[in-house]
Amino acid sequence: MGKRYIAEDGSPIEPPMHPFRTSRGGAQRRLVATSGDLIFQSLSTIVAFSVLGLLALIAGILFVAAEESVQTFGFGFLGGTVWDPVSQVFGAAPFIYGMLVTSALALVLGVPISLGIAIFLSELAPGWLRTPLTYVVELLAAVPSVVYGLWGIFVLAPVMRVYIEPSVQAILGFLPLFRGNPIGSDVFTAGVILAVMIIPTISSVSREALLAVPDTQREAALSLGATRWETTRFAVLRYARAGIFGAVVLGLGRAVGETMAVTMTIGNRNAIFTSLFDPGQTISSLIANNWLEAGSLELSALIELGLVLMLVSLLINAFARLMVGRVLHVGEGAE
Amino acid sequence: MAITPEEKQRLQKGSRRGIGVVVVVVAVVLILIAAVVLSGVLNPPTTQKITILGAGATFPCPLITKWSSDYSNVSLKYGGKPTQVQVNYNCVGSGAGITQITQKTVDFAGSDAPLKPSERAAAPGLIHVPETIGAVTAAYNVASLSSGLNLTGNVLGEIFLGKITTWNSANISALNPGVTLPSSQITVVHRSDSSGTSFVWTSYLHLENTGWNSSLVGKSINWPVGVGASGNSGVAGKILTTPDSIGYVELAYTVQNSMKVAKIQNPAGNWILPSLASTAAAAASFTNPPTPSGDWGNVSILNTAGATSYPIASLTYLLVYQELNTIGTSMTAQKAQGLVDFLWWAVHDGQSRGAALVYPTLPAGLVTLDEGAIRSITFNGQTLHS
Repeated sequence: MGKRYIAEDGSPIEPPMHPFRTSRGGAQRRLVATSGDLIFQSLSTIVAFSVLGLLALIAGILFVAAEESVQTFGFGFLGGTVWDPVSQVFGAAPFIYGMLVTSALALVLGVPISLGIAIFLSELAPGWLRTPLTYVVELLAAVPSVVYGLWGIFVLAPVMRVYIEPSVQAILGFLPLFRGNPIGSDVFTAGVILAVMIIPTISSVSREALLAVPDTQREAALSLGATRWETTRFAVLRYARAGIFGAVVLGLGRAVGETMAVTMTIGNRNAIFTSLFDPGQTISSLIANNWLEAGSLELSALIELGLVLMLVSLLINAFARLMVGRVLHVGEGAE
Repeated sequence: MAITPEEKQRLQKGSRRGIGVVVVVVAVVLILIAAVVLSGVLNPPTTQKITILGAGATFPCPLITKWSSDYSNVSLKYGGKPTQVQVNYNCVGSGAGITQITQKTVDFAGSDAPLKPSERAAAPGLIHVPETIGAVTAAYNVASLSSGLNLTGNVLGEIFLGKITTWNSANISALNPGVTLPSSQITVVHRSDSSGTSFVWTSYLHLENTGWNSSLVGKSINWPVGVGASGNSGVAGKILTTPDSIGYVELAYTVQNSMKVAKIQNPAGNWILPSLASTAAAAASFTNPPTPSGDWGNVSILNTAGATSYPIASLTYLLVYQELNTIGTSMTAQKAQGLVDFLWWAVHDGQSRGAALVYPTLPAGLVTLDEGAIRSITFNGQTLHS
């Protein structure tokens, strides 16, 4: 929709010029503008494809560097449970496991809170509260992960050790998942830190999804006599579920690859744990810990782990696309 | 969307103002560059500068950095010209330092561990110059213990193997008569990154505890129990924030963080608190050193004799090529002279800088050894220090 232009004296005024042109007519000028378009188009195409090239290059180089480890351990690498630089035996299982458990824990703790934030911000919050609160939530995403890690060591870990973990143990201690001596530097703490870190991502993306739901949906539900909760649940959340699912996957992506904050809180133990109160290790925290001084075979094994991490991230994304595309009806949800 | 004439005018004015700003900035930058260049031309620098590159161990990093800044203020004269020697040391870790000196991308390296036979073979001609001494302490955090704690290597081994799990275990009580120990569980804290400190610590446990076999000795090992933290500062922080924990930390970090450390029984049977003096005493009792260019692979100052020696001590080394032209074209006669003079200064005047940073002073025997090593360094066959 264009604006209407009316001069003060009521005389008709010229329509505004094309922004690329500085004079009217002038075939020469138009030619310049077209070649500019062409240059811009080819430049942006090159930039877009260079991302693909970069990805291929990274994967290729990782693969070459991981060859020593692949040849030494074969597929047994993925199932190996020992990481022993002295005997030069390296296995990936404890770290893949640690990564999956911490990420799952982060989602279990983080998603309900994020959804609550998103629903409050888009459906319930009064106008004056909405903007400042949105800013605050998004500000959480801007905190560097090393700061989360420091906070984890000095604030969260003691609180977890003294208050939270013993109380959880008192209630759920009959489960093997919550046995052992709570020390604060463990998988549970890392999961909580990750949950805090993915909340801004999930809540702001799902808020966008909720805001994209047309008001007619809400009005229709309300006009049928639905309560506010029923409206939110059936008219808004259902409509936006593909978007919300996408938000959760984005959060999962962040949790899987997070390095610093996890390294600082998880306890860095290279073994498969049975209790969430045991220390553990994820792929990225292991790489961060051992990268600098790794010997040749260990370095190669670390790089292979990097490849595994990349693959897992790809699988998560592919799975998410599949879910969004197949299980949920495309077109129903807000993109 | 169309643009109103007013908006268009504003846009154009904006872009014109933008160009103006760019022109001004460029002009200012040009003037500044010209000023710098001109001042250089008008007042040629009266001192020449020699830059020496080093890389390696993080443990001596604060000391070498201090040396570097102090030495750049020492007035030197090379070829009749006032000269400033600038030493740049990158604290990238012992392993990375050895790799870099082997590839000859640095002029010297720092390493907490002596060269292994395979490393010596890869970089023939490297000599060891011990520049300072480290001590690894058993630091603990047990609130109810105010009277100090006695431990032996054997008991420490049992704790780190996970065989002793509570503080009031009979083995610990036996070493601490009259001390009430809590019944709480011990949390073991170890390094999660590869480290010379871990190497010294695990070597000591291997010496003292028969159950600590050689597959558990190294810079990075498969720990039987415990929580890992990165770096000495990470382990120190973890111990300080975890009640009933014990871990191993370099002496300097325990002093800086006022941590409680255990007395360890030395071979003479005395309980020794780690300190600058007891660490220096350990190094002073070190006998029969190899020649500088010889095999240092088995050198250790763990468990040295001497009534006051702290048993968990280690030497840390600077690695230099005995014939400096091995480095290649980046090494000049003047730079070689600068490097050798710096080394000489470091093992003499430089030692007094250590105390404030909690590094022991090299005992006389090691200084003499270092003097011999530095005198043996040559460039194109020419001795650089007589």
